[in-house]
Amino acid sequence: MNKIINKKQLSDEVYQMVIEAPLIARSRKPGQFILLQIDTDFGERIPLTIANADDKNGTITIIFQSVGSTTHKLADKNVGDYIENVLGPLGQPTHLKELAWVVCVGGGIGVAPMYPIAKAYKDAGVKLTVIMGARNKDLLIMEEDMKALADELIICTDDGSYGRKCLVTEPLKECCQRDSQPGEVIAIGPPIMMKFCCLTTKEFEVPTTVSLNTIMIDGTGMCGGCRVTVGGETKFVCVDGPEFDGHKVDFDNMMKRLGAYKKQETAAHDKYHKHVCKAEEQADELAKQGDK
Amino acid sequence: MSYISKDELQKKACAVLENLDCENLKAKDRMQIPLQEMPSQDPMVRRHNMQEVAIGYTPEQAKVEAERCLQCKNAPCMKGCPVGINIPKFIKEIAEGNFQQAVDTIKLASLLPAVCGRVCPQEKQCQLYCTLGKALKDVDKSVSIGRLERFIADWEAENSGAVHIDIKPATGKKVAVVGSGPAGITVAADVRREGHEVTLFEAFHKPGGVLMYGIPEFRLPKDIVQREITQLKDMGVKVETNFVVGRTLTLPQLLEEEGFNVAFIGSGAGLPTFMNIEGENLVGVFSANEYLTRSNLMRAFDRKNAATPIIQSNRIAILGGGNVAMDSARTAVRLGAEEVHLIYRRSEAEMPARIEEVEHAKEEGVIFHLLENVKRIFGDEDDCVTGVECLRYELGEPDDSGRRRPIAIENSEFIIELDAVIVAIGNKSNPLIPQTTSGLEINKWGNIIVDSETAETSIKNVYAGGDIVLGAATVILAMGEGRKAAEAINKRLTEL
Repeated sequence: MNKIINKKQLSDEVYQMVIEAPLIARSRKPGQFILLQIDTDFGERIPLTIANADDKNGTITIIFQSVGSTTHKLADKNVGDYIENVLGPLGQPTHLKELAWVVCVGGGIGVAPMYPIAKAYKDAGVKLTVIMGARNKDLLIMEEDMKALADELIICTDDGSYGRKCLVTEPLKECCQRDSQPGEVIAIGPPIMMKFCCLTTKEFEVPTTVSLNTIMIDGTGMCGGCRVTVGGETKFVCVDGPEFDGHKVDFDNMMKRLGAYKKQETAAHDKYHKHVCKAEEQADELAKQGDK
Repeated sequence: MSYISKDELQKKACAVLENLDCENLKAKDRMQIPLQEMPSQDPMVRRHNMQEVAIGYTPEQAKVEAERCLQCKNAPCMKGCPVGINIPKFIKEIAEGNFQQAVDTIKLASLLPAVCGRVCPQEKQCQLYCTLGKALKDVDKSVSIGRLERFIADWEAENSGAVHIDIKPATGKKVAVVGSGPAGITVAADVRREGHEVTLFEAFHKPGGVLMYGIPEFRLPKDIVQREITQLKDMGVKVETNFVVGRTLTLPQLLEEEGFNVAFIGSGAGLPTFMNIEGENLVGVFSANEYLTRSNLMRAFDRKNAATPIIQSNRIAILGGGNVAMDSARTAVRLGAEEVHLIYRRSEAEMPARIEEVEHAKEEGVIFHLLENVKRIFGDEDDCVTGVECLRYELGEPDDSGRRRPIAIENSEFIIELDAVIVAIGNKSNPLIPQTTSGLEINKWGNIIVDSETAETSIKNVYAGGDIVLGAATVILAMGEGRKAAEAINKRLTEL
């Protein structure tokens, strides 16, 4: 049982939570993630990235988007509530290299797992360019955090409501075209964004690392549900990753595998909303009766 | 074997009992007593439910079966039991109607009779050595020791109150047990009995290891596993779920920073093998581990309540011929697949699965493809499985495993249309702990190397047992290894 210490809504669908997890706070390194489950008997286990950790207070920060039934239930929890099961830290930590310049590209809530990696590079004295992208201004998160960290911060939105109106691949390409190329590009975000970031950097032969978030159950290599094809070989995201050489990842297969349960997930999501709406209707009804 | 209902079996048992002069039975008479079949759910009914297939003996059946035992003085059956249960004694107690004494006899050697009575391959262990089976020239006619063990364990659960297990006074010594499967449970119990403080670490949200995630409800009800875990907790064993040793804290951290004097690694063989064939990462291809974990631990078979989804397949293939393959195939039947194909590259004689499981799978309508193997898996434009290409095989000379080597027949390719494939061809050792524990020696298969007498690893005060040492094996072998390790650990702790 892990207590929720703090909760903040960052945008329409995005939440930040600080949760008690002393051992994870103590052991976690940049690049690692957790698995979380609400309801020990019937809940599903979902992977979430660790955005930050405070070893002294024994807490970790998670940032998530309420897109499925579990993340919705999580978003409904409040400060003082408990999350039944949190497992971590999982995965291989980021392999930090000695470099002069690193470009970090974060799309949507991919900015959250990007933060500890960017911070680690910054702390190592590496010049840091951060490119953040979102569909619109409201969906941008952690701008202040990144501003404090980056030597150069480029923000883009799909609709131009904030920063440049373009996809992240545009400023990324410009970075690659400069006189001295970045030593590494790290791209974290929706699979489609990572795919196109990799296609962009491939042209310039700039090493590119991506952090993958796939379907998982145990997170320790036992189920193999998270497997991806990397350079023609099968790899497990949970134990071999989550970070891989982006130029070798078969993103198309990965995206299709991510959609394996789409039908069932949509049904669960709708069921949850129906349940909530019904509860709200009933509450309204009761309130009305109360007024009478 | 045609299906006989529980009522019918009970009627027959009562008739036998009536005519049995129990006081004056001679060995010759005992050999004449008919073997008691295990009552089970009707195959046509059980295809549609997750409830346990085998229902268990009635007291009358148990008594009749117990009277078949010749009570051999040298008790050859006991040498087949990895944990050394006094088999003739507990059977004698059943024959005499002393069920509580029978329980007590078993519990001296095994903490998990309800589990072992269900999942042990008795035909390869105790029952293999049974004199009666030898006299009748058929191992299947041995005394049904496993069924009797199960009967008595279930009787205890229903009739006996909380079991009290004596714990010696606290020694102040701390033992970390990594993994809460059969090996870990055994070590935890045996070490705790000596008064040491024991913490059982489990990565999943529920303890029990393979008993929870691997073996299906219809073969081993999860309530039974949790009952055994509760007993451990009642003994004072601490259970830490959501703790993955090697990540949450490493084994060296537990020993050096957290004050554990000794550690036992029983983390199992959790790394599924794939075949490295084309199409293996298509949507609809799963490891048996994943498929079974979704259904068992995550309860995805309960589609109404569970948040974890599981594929709704109509035509599914299971690749492999072991118990895990049978469990997967029978789960698929219950999840509503119209056709379940089990594809195995050798013949039925070489199948590693228990005969009983193979029989059950057949009764439930699983279609067996023997001497066939999948060459590649096809998919559509969405990368969803549409079928497999198979090759036919014939058997050649015996290989290293002693089984006849399957040889592909050239140009024998054919296609089976499918929408899902479960790969159940085995597990390798999970590398997480060896990777994060410097100095821990492993062999070329990734199994931890231990002293065969003491189960101690290359690191002093670190022991290991179960599948992480044996490679994928059985519940009872893991328990046997655990027992051996616990004995050595208890000895070591008196020296520390």
